[in-house]
Amino acid sequence: MQIARINRLTPYFFLAPAIIVMAVALLYPIGYMVWASFLDWNPSQRIGEADFVGLRNYAKLLNDAAFLESFWVTVKFAAVVVVLEMILGVGLAMLLDRQLRGMTLLRTIFILPMMIAPIVVGLMWRYMYHPSVGLFNRTLKSFGLEPVPWLSDGTWAFASIVIADIWQWTPFIFILSLAALQSLPRSAMEAARIDGASGWQLIWFIKLPLMLPVLIVTALLRLIDAFKVLEVILVMTNGGPGLSTEILALRISRTASEFRELGTAAAMSNLLLILLMALTLAMFTYTKISEARAARLRAAASKDH
Amino acid sequence: MPRIVLEQVRKSYGAVEVLHPIDLKLNDGEFTVLVGPSGCGKSTTLRILAGLETLSGGEIYFDDKPISALDPKERDIAMVFQDYALYPHMNIAKNMSFALRLAKVPKAEITEKVQRVSKLLNINHLLDRKPAELSGGQRQRVAMGRAMVRDASTFLFDEPLSNLDAKLRAKLRTELAEMRDTIDKNMIYVTHDQVEAMTLGDRIVVMSDGRIQQQGTPEELFKSPINRFVAGFIGSPTMNFMAGTLTEANGQLWVQGDGCRLPLSAEQASRLKTFKGADVDIGLRPSSITDDVSRGAPIELRVVVSEYLGAQTVLVTRCGGTELQVEMSSAGRFAAGQTRTFGVVTDELMIFDRDSGLRL
Repeated sequence: MQIARINRLTPYFFLAPAIIVMAVALLYPIGYMVWASFLDWNPSQRIGEADFVGLRNYAKLLNDAAFLESFWVTVKFAAVVVVLEMILGVGLAMLLDRQLRGMTLLRTIFILPMMIAPIVVGLMWRYMYHPSVGLFNRTLKSFGLEPVPWLSDGTWAFASIVIADIWQWTPFIFILSLAALQSLPRSAMEAARIDGASGWQLIWFIKLPLMLPVLIVTALLRLIDAFKVLEVILVMTNGGPGLSTEILALRISRTASEFRELGTAAAMSNLLLILLMALTLAMFTYTKISEARAARLRAAASKDH
Repeated sequence: MPRIVLEQVRKSYGAVEVLHPIDLKLNDGEFTVLVGPSGCGKSTTLRILAGLETLSGGEIYFDDKPISALDPKERDIAMVFQDYALYPHMNIAKNMSFALRLAKVPKAEITEKVQRVSKLLNINHLLDRKPAELSGGQRQRVAMGRAMVRDASTFLFDEPLSNLDAKLRAKLRTELAEMRDTIDKNMIYVTHDQVEAMTLGDRIVVMSDGRIQQQGTPEELFKSPINRFVAGFIGSPTMNFMAGTLTEANGQLWVQGDGCRLPLSAEQASRLKTFKGADVDIGLRPSSITDDVSRGAPIELRVVVSEYLGAQTVLVTRCGGTELQVEMSSAGRFAAGQTRTFGVVTDELMIFDRDSGLRL
């Protein structure tokens, strides 16, 4: 039947505009990037004029010490900030999950850092880390302590960007953890108190296990974000000193603009994209598995009384 | 087991007093039911006993020892919650043994206790499952099992059956009643269902508006309620109330209602003489009206609806402007719209003061 077929197709007509926008805005650039990664392409050339070099860009990257260093810095950065932010964010949520006067205001203040534009965050921290007029060194000096080379020493610079990132993104974990905490079943918590659980045991045996699904997704979201971080570090250290804080995104932008190797930059972007896709897939798989498990449990419960 | 005494226990949230000072003595080994409509303060009382809420005034004593400053875990209590409150991430065995594991009880002893209790409750085949895999009735059993494994001296039940369907509720009620007789513990049970209260309680405490209205055995509450609220709350179908006045005629004390006049027995008359002329509410249990006119004072009732329930029939009737329910053992002989004479067992009449609601 003609009409039935049109009816069946209706949803796709409605979806079409979104698909077209997606294709133009997302798939086209990605395709362009993938294609570019196979080219030896200089910004002064048009893409058609560049030489096709196959997988040579990728092969070069795997032997490029600077790239590997960058990759390592990124992984280290992501791992360190996510672990620390999870501990701090969940800890704060546990502390602030109570009815106190002014708690709403306090919570709002806690999530402010997240709302500030990254460039501004970078500038702010750069001023605070300034070797002579920065807040930190002036404070140290007023206590008669030696100034710290916040951004001029490799190890300190890495620590400095970690601190800035923790300052900005702990609130994200905090609000998600708090929401998870507040949606936990009250009565299970009360039952545990009657069963004799102390505050720590309550957290360890009841709250954390019940929050775990949310925490896993939160950690993965943060990890994905941490791999893409750019602006704050760009403003604070621009990757220096040396390569100590040169995360991948920065390396990519420098490869493209300073070294003028668009093909190599595209290849790096692809590697990063693959990594992020793997993380995203891990997250989707996790939610799918937990949904399937919940469905199975429900089915088992309704089957037998 | 401790004797539990609540002395002037009070609870308020801000300016709202949800529990006016209440005094309550719970005897050793008794099954006490707190019953009342929602918002009457029964659950709050239980939660204060458990230590989940702090009290705003007064004191609770377990064997003369004040406990209001103690944590729930220091009170030697076990509690069963309305929504079961099982730990969703632990299997049934882990749920039941949680308290014992926290208390560092030896493993062998834990296994033995869990096995014994789960057999008793007929849930031993479920030990490896998660709570989400169980039906409501099974979850409720696990919640009870978790409390029983503890061996606490006092058991608190917060409306444990109200999330179950009617059939399951009746079944578990019977099991609870059996458990009551085999387990020698203090049990305090909160419910809004007066049938549960009547069938389970050694003693019933009727609450309303944050106050204790009356306490006593089921029979005491049914036969001699102290006020209109208790009379109306206990008993099913509920008591009929009819506005009336006390009058005297022919040397006899009567209650004059809308469309009927009922004589009072000599015993009642001697008690109520002083209230002659007072405005009262007449309380009439549906079971106190019979179709056997010879058994009581005659009353003319118009049948509005006849509700056939199998073994009994409940007639909804009218006497003047007042609706009266009548409980009959036989069925089918009362067509709607029919007016006929019934008998009122006047000994069972109750007279309440119109304003205070107190029984006269």
